[in-house]
Amino acid sequence: MRHFETTLSDRRLEAIIGNLLRAGVVLAATTTSIGGVIYLAHSGESLAHYRLFHGEPADLRQVRGVLSDASSGGGLAIMQLGLLLLIATPVARVAFSLAAFAVQRDRLYVVVTLTVLAVLTFSMAGGHL
Amino acid sequence: MKRNHDPAARRAGFLRLDMNILELTGVVFGGALLAGLIGSLTGLGGGLIITPLLTLVLGVDIHYAIGAALVSVIATSCGAASAYVREGFSNIRLGMFMEVATTTGALIGASLALRVSTTAIADLFGAVLLYSAAASLWPRAQSAAADSADPAASSLELDSSYPIPSGIASYHVHRVVGGASVMLGAGMLSGLLGIGSGAFKVIAFDKIMRVPFKVSTTTSNFMIGVTAAASVGLYLQRGYIDPGLGMPVVLGVLSGSFLGARILPGMKTSALRDVFAIVIAVLAIEMIFRGLKGTI
Repeated sequence: MRHFETTLSDRRLEAIIGNLLRAGVVLAATTTSIGGVIYLAHSGESLAHYRLFHGEPADLRQVRGVLSDASSGGGLAIMQLGLLLLIATPVARVAFSLAAFAVQRDRLYVVVTLTVLAVLTFSMAGGHL
Repeated sequence: MKRNHDPAARRAGFLRLDMNILELTGVVFGGALLAGLIGSLTGLGGGLIITPLLTLVLGVDIHYAIGAALVSVIATSCGAASAYVREGFSNIRLGMFMEVATTTGALIGASLALRVSTTAIADLFGAVLLYSAAASLWPRAQSAAADSADPAASSLELDSSYPIPSGIASYHVHRVVGGASVMLGAGMLSGLLGIGSGAFKVIAFDKIMRVPFKVSTTTSNFMIGVTAAASVGLYLQRGYIDPGLGMPVVLGVLSGSFLGARILPGMKTSALRDVFAIVIAVLAIEMIFRGLKGTI
């Protein structure tokens, strides 16, 4: 990345992280809104079924299913994609911090950040204790 | 009678009207907007209101309510952190180090949430709500500033500095292990109940590790999103993240906290905070009551 310099300061790191978080939230909110408009236009008149939940369909439980449904214009899937983008934002922040600590040659914090990233990946892959 | 065995029939919310999706989306958006607005004005997180709103008022299953609340917690955290991080208040290394504890806790909490009964979750939620309400009503005692550094904190590069009106003040971090244990507990509550558990993170920073208050709140806010992301994966895999609920919750909370941030400077929020704490206490008692009766 262009931003990386060998003297990447903590102050600069903080500014980049702030922008990254903001961009993630804006992108997620926009995607969710687009999906919401499609969803409400299609099924806004249907009766709400929220008292009887049966779990989300398999496609909406994993990234691949959400992506393929969203690309065919499904309102529910586009909204879910927006939520996934939101969930991905803090994960991206951790990944970015990892790169930044590596550039700063801060070995201790590379290990700390890798540990956090490992826990996040384990959870996203559906692992539990 | 067959009806009584149907959990959905027993789990009726205050609103018994049959709504269509458009109306329900509107109601949820309005509630989330209010939650985000009040949350940003009082510091009590929006996640504390979303779940009682969805379960008590609309009769939604608590797992789905928690899933939606978790996503809204990420939204609020990222939105607020993007502002604070740039002002140089939060301590990125301290946050990252403590995230090892909170994400591990969150994973344990989310794993527990899939095993324990919804009534037990409701009771615990009620208890945490009551605590949060009480903590915001009681005045916060300023922790005394002793200045002996924890050797662990310096070898972990946790000591840092932050901007104050007269320049830059440096601070030491105390009792790292004690702080990390409270963080583990805060992470568990977050994964189990779908809240940011900012109140508990601030206790660890402020009371135990004696980090300056402004640094505590902003670093805690910064960590909340990552903590929530660690448990949301499990909720997603189990089909508890519902886009139809998540959409109005996220957009509502985001709009609310955005509005709150515009009004916040120059607004007197102490009275609002007290009223809100009482509302939360009432919700907490209702939640505990429903949990004990088994109607949630």
